[in-house]
Amino acid sequence: MDTTTFIIEKGTIIVVVFAITMLMAMYSTWAERKVAAFLQDRVGPNRAGWGGLLQPLADGLKLFTKEEFFPNTPNKFLFILGPGIAMSTALITSAVIPWGDKFHIFGKDVVLQATDLDVSILYIFGVLSIGVYGIMIGAWASNNKYSLMSAVRASSQMISYEVAMGLAIISILMMTGSLSLKEITIQQAEMKWNIFYQPLAFVIFLVCSFAETNRTPFDLAECESELIGGYHTEYSSMKMGFYLFAEYANMFISATILSVVFLGGYNYPGMEWAEQNWGVNIANIIAIAVLFAKICFFIFFYMWIRWTIPRFRYDQLMNLGWKILIPLAVLNIILTGIVMVLFN
Amino acid sequence: MLEIVFYILSAITLGTAFLTVYSKNPIHSAIYLVVSFFSIAGHYLLFNAQFLAMVHIIVYAGAIMVLLLFTLMLMNLNKEDEVSKPIYIKFAAVFSAGILALVLISALKTAQPEMIEYVSSNEDYQSIKVLGKVLLNEYMVPFEFASVLLLVSMIGAVLISKKEEKI
Amino acid sequence: MAVEQISLSGRKKVVSNKEMTFIEKIYLLTILKGLWITLKHLFRRKVTIKYPEEIREMSPVYRGQHMLMRDDEGRERCTACGLCALSCPAEAITMKAEERKPEEKHLYREEKYASIYEINMLRCIFCGLCEEACPKEAIFLTKSKKIANADYSREDFIFGKDKLVMPLEMAINNTKSNTAN
Repeated sequence: MDTTTFIIEKGTIIVVVFAITMLMAMYSTWAERKVAAFLQDRVGPNRAGWGGLLQPLADGLKLFTKEEFFPNTPNKFLFILGPGIAMSTALITSAVIPWGDKFHIFGKDVVLQATDLDVSILYIFGVLSIGVYGIMIGAWASNNKYSLMSAVRASSQMISYEVAMGLAIISILMMTGSLSLKEITIQQAEMKWNIFYQPLAFVIFLVCSFAETNRTPFDLAECESELIGGYHTEYSSMKMGFYLFAEYANMFISATILSVVFLGGYNYPGMEWAEQNWGVNIANIIAIAVLFAKICFFIFFYMWIRWTIPRFRYDQLMNLGWKILIPLAVLNIILTGIVMVLFN
Repeated sequence: MLEIVFYILSAITLGTAFLTVYSKNPIHSAIYLVVSFFSIAGHYLLFNAQFLAMVHIIVYAGAIMVLLLFTLMLMNLNKEDEVSKPIYIKFAAVFSAGILALVLISALKTAQPEMIEYVSSNEDYQSIKVLGKVLLNEYMVPFEFASVLLLVSMIGAVLISKKEEKI
Repeated sequence: MAVEQISLSGRKKVVSNKEMTFIEKIYLLTILKGLWITLKHLFRRKVTIKYPEEIREMSPVYRGQHMLMRDDEGRERCTACGLCALSCPAEAITMKAEERKPEEKHLYREEKYASIYEINMLRCIFCGLCEEACPKEAIFLTKSKKIANADYSREDFIFGKDKLVMPLEMAINNTKSNTAN
């Protein structure tokens, strides 16, 4: 393949994916407020634009124009670095996600994925584990006891739930025999979704992804009643906006991973038929729409859970992670192994 | 192209490793170490060893350094609390480091670089499938020993942290 | 009947600390139940009144800004007896009485009237005791249908007669509708 066209192709995909991630994160903030309002019999934001659709822009404008405040800290550089790390780790995960199969443009196939790494899932876990640094460094540099407490909570929570998450996904890997997300998606074609074969792994993974994205019921890092604002107590202006934005970008990414790994990604029943009868491009446009429908469902589910279940206590959180989810995940691995040996 | 990347990565690795030792603030040196780990992962990627690079990031940068930072942040690291070390301890530290260097130099002096012809086996060692097969067939015993070693250290840690029951 | 079981409201529940069953312990079912409840709220009618477009109807007994009433002939009813000031628990009302001159007969109903009548809206707690105390039915909190406005300086919250007395047009209208009936 010609290098220039390769760079143009991948560059376009990266820019589009970046834009979509930002857009989704922006509108997740709007959706969160709308869903919260609707679940509480209220209307929610409805002033800026029709149905409040311009609200995210207004929020962004407000955050940009607010005064920047620096706390009395000896680590100004780390203080700025924190939100930067949080934001970038939230954004780079989308590199390995297969958004669709391929387009057929100008007589050549364009694969709808930034890169098909052989170790996609490990890459995602790697980036997830780095995500803690954004919180830890920022909170420590804030020179504030509440922020530090929050950082300690966040990092210990993320480390503990990463273990259960990794163990839950091992049973999936045993079935698929591949770490590549593209490969995993292809294997789930025609409703052979992993959720039907691995419901237990799905539940564990779902619970862990709530903990990894710091969402309720596991949002102990931002527990207002105990820790003021959590790790971003000392932040103001767009630096705080980055933290809040990163949370929503993370939510989008983890919803994407959930739908790719467990709900069949861009697959939908009759995709092959559509490809043969309507052409590759139309079939793939539908595929992207289907993937985004799944993602939106999961994002809604995150919000739905947030306004249903109250926050866990810290010891309950740790008990759930170490004493319930990890043994369950190990049990699931053993069961999968036995079933695979017996019915191979 | 690759050479330039290599030189940049090496400069970052060595520079941050030096700063890790040199910087006074333990948190700063821990963060420098994290950067150093990342550039080492970059070196692995230059070898096209994706698996190794990712596992390196997950294990070292993602788990070990987070735990280390965790404990560092919980400590009270004010200047006043720092224990002033007497001069003879500093002297002893320099002396023992010198002895270690001496041993290493004498050991390495007699060592001879082994030059083997690399055998092209036509196997793609960056693929995790091949890597897994090699690890669990040829190197099964050392692999399992390593896992037993980790298990033992974990059990040991649990045992130490547990309170002794009164008899 | 034992004392423990008596329930006057009929809604008494005895707290039970019984062991949870296995299904209750894994929480998943209860979480699904909770999700169902919140989902039902998603489709429920919203209770919000979108203020500038829709204005909430005021209750007929809403106690807003005070109003010093006029009678059918448009004369002020207040006779400056001071009972309202006496009854006020927040001591918000002050007034100065004056004797009515013969040429002012069309302005004031009684022979004595309040030349100065001031209510400090920062002190007033809108309890309505002044309304109850008034023997001449001269002060009402329910008639103006107005909320005492916010302002910047403390002086502006001392409302004098210029703000409190019922406007003349309103009195004329009232008289018209009364005679029509």
